[in-house]
Amino acid sequence: MISLGRRSVALLAAASLLLGGCASEDGGDTGKAASKTIEWWHIQNIEPMLPVWQALATEYQKAHPGITIKVTPLENEAYKAKLTTLTQSGSIPDIFNTWGGGVLQQQIEAGLAKDITADIAPWADTLTPASVQPYQFDGKTYAVPFDVGMVGFWYNKALFAKAGVSEPPTTWTGFLDTVKKLKAAGITPIALGGKDKWPGHYYWAYLAMRVAGLPALKQAGADATFTAPEFVQAGERLKELVDLDPFQKGFLGAGYGTPDGQAALMGSGKAAMELMGQWAPTVQRDSSGTPDGIGDDLAFFPFPAVEGGKGDATDAFGGGGGFAVGKDAPPEAIDFLKFISNLDNQRRAVATGAFLPVVKGAEDAIKDAKLASVSEALGKAAGFQLYLDQAYAPAVGQQVNDSVAELIAGTLGAKEVTEAITETAKNE
Amino acid sequence: MSAPKGVSELSVPADERPKDAAASRAATKEEGTPDRRRRRGWVTITLFLLPAMVLFFLLVLVPIAIAIYTSLFKWNGLGGPPTNFLGLDNFVRLFEDKIFLGDLQRGLILIGLSLVIQLPLALAIAMLLNQRMRGRALYRVVFFVPYVLSEVITGVLFTMVFSPTRGLANQVLDLVGLGNLATTWLADPSMVLYSLFLVMTWKYFGFHMILYLAGRQGIPRELTEAAEIDGAGGWKAFWYITLPLLGPTIRISVFLAVIGAVQLFDLVWVLTEGGPIHGSETMAVTMFQQGFKRYQVGYANAISVAMFLISLVFALGYQRYVLRRDTEGAITVMRDQR
Repeated sequence: MISLGRRSVALLAAASLLLGGCASEDGGDTGKAASKTIEWWHIQNIEPMLPVWQALATEYQKAHPGITIKVTPLENEAYKAKLTTLTQSGSIPDIFNTWGGGVLQQQIEAGLAKDITADIAPWADTLTPASVQPYQFDGKTYAVPFDVGMVGFWYNKALFAKAGVSEPPTTWTGFLDTVKKLKAAGITPIALGGKDKWPGHYYWAYLAMRVAGLPALKQAGADATFTAPEFVQAGERLKELVDLDPFQKGFLGAGYGTPDGQAALMGSGKAAMELMGQWAPTVQRDSSGTPDGIGDDLAFFPFPAVEGGKGDATDAFGGGGGFAVGKDAPPEAIDFLKFISNLDNQRRAVATGAFLPVVKGAEDAIKDAKLASVSEALGKAAGFQLYLDQAYAPAVGQQVNDSVAELIAGTLGAKEVTEAITETAKNE
Repeated sequence: MSAPKGVSELSVPADERPKDAAASRAATKEEGTPDRRRRRGWVTITLFLLPAMVLFFLLVLVPIAIAIYTSLFKWNGLGGPPTNFLGLDNFVRLFEDKIFLGDLQRGLILIGLSLVIQLPLALAIAMLLNQRMRGRALYRVVFFVPYVLSEVITGVLFTMVFSPTRGLANQVLDLVGLGNLATTWLADPSMVLYSLFLVMTWKYFGFHMILYLAGRQGIPRELTEAAEIDGAGGWKAFWYITLPLLGPTIRISVFLAVIGAVQLFDLVWVLTEGGPIHGSETMAVTMFQQGFKRYQVGYANAISVAMFLISLVFALGYQRYVLRRDTEGAITVMRDQR
């Protein structure tokens, strides 16, 4: 009987092993100290910042013979997974990306991140206070910021005009009206990446800030109790929006940065708004595969005020990026952070359009009018709230994301959201 | 060359067996007293097994022990060994965790669908490809190719195929006039599990097909011929000759399908991350969420221990009650025939 033959089967099996093997990851390397090698993990793995970081590392090595900087650029989610694996073994890179908040706090408690208050004291006042805030606990500083920004609505001016909306809304009622007008004009009002969950939590977080106020959010985190009526109201406001069916078709399965995700829809002009941070224009351009996204049609407006809310309408919600220093890092690691944070180098980074300035006096390096408007809103902000999924302990932050995702999908009520978050917080 | 008798022989090419026999005969000749021979045998066995045993111990047994140990703690995985001992609390929590209980339910649905749809489909195609036809070898390779692709590639591929706006799936439905069946595939919480199953079937049926094909070729032609002479052709021959003789292969393939469904992770992670609203979440995805997103490593390890126990109990039970028939029946019979 002629058959495929054992040899072919074996060949196929071997081929499958080879191809399948491509998927497996290489083992994590370890951060170490003693020698003059600085292990640096950052998450600017794409243009425009990837080459800038590399150039700064090369320049520093040239100026300081005998020091090697081992740069590991990683994608956001890959970075989180890889760092978690590494920290479980008790080691950590010499310089690593941090968003501050609950995760950094756990790393500090575990003795992995170094208190650098004294080390950076000579030049700490060159940094803007708001940008350092997420990395300060009990008056001690644990990271040097390189970026700070805020979340707000990015909108397509042309689509707004088509729907007859001339001015961006400043109140929640006005915002809901805008959504209705856009829908009536046959335009998808809002792009949302539901698969990733964190873009959805921005809505609940901002509404909670506007309705309950910043002190209430902080207190809720400390008390592990989110059941105050104001938080339920925040969920109800969000429900008002969800009931208008404002998101694109299939948003629950869409990612944020994927080719048909939230940013791509904005970049290709198929949705009128997205609630996103200062990096939005870059990702819109990248994921839609267009040279400049929707170009000058893109503009920014801050999250609207909620009528009768306790929060200040200028309060900003966002975060940034910072570099924390590993427990065994050589002193040169901090010197290198000083180097990348000097005014000239900060200007270079800001000029790429990827970051907003954290060093005083670098504001004039912002070339882009859209980013300048974010910077301006940030400058006006009376208070600042770090992303909730970063500010709280990781389990609580993820529960906020999960529960708000369920609220948006219509399977959880406003009250149940606050109960689920409280339950997780109590268990922490 | 005689046809292979079953899957178990696939790994031992027939043309190598005589050589083995000759080698062992030669070895026997060289040996001295039975005592020395036995001792030397042990040394050889130990030497050959040692590397594998050391690796097995370090990479399998030790991690299992660590996972079981840490599953008894509340631990965020940071900074040294866990200290907050909880006893079995993490396991009690498992049985109150709606997501975990949902994982079990979804796992059972996937197993059920695999057994009822995926494996019969693989069997049917294997039987078709056993016929004489033009381009048979090509078809066999084409159907096997999805299995060769890594799960991640498959996942990325199908996120594009199932894209609600530009996806191939909806476009094809439109083209053949079934546009009203177009759906949001991965974005609908009540639909997503079935979309996932579709991808699983696409990915894994080729593997089961190859198993069945190999098994089918192990059935001696004389049997089917004899049946034909007795008037049992086509369907009857399949039902009374082929299917019973494929028994051992089918039982192995069922075993692999069930274990695969219990441990399903990478495909789901790339396709949906378990969403929307946990609609496609599996035990392994929940474990990853708890361990790597929520930093609840102790609880995540409790989930992994539960997965391990489920797989272990199933594997042992299946071997004891289902596969034993093959080791006592089919295989011994084949040995007698030889």
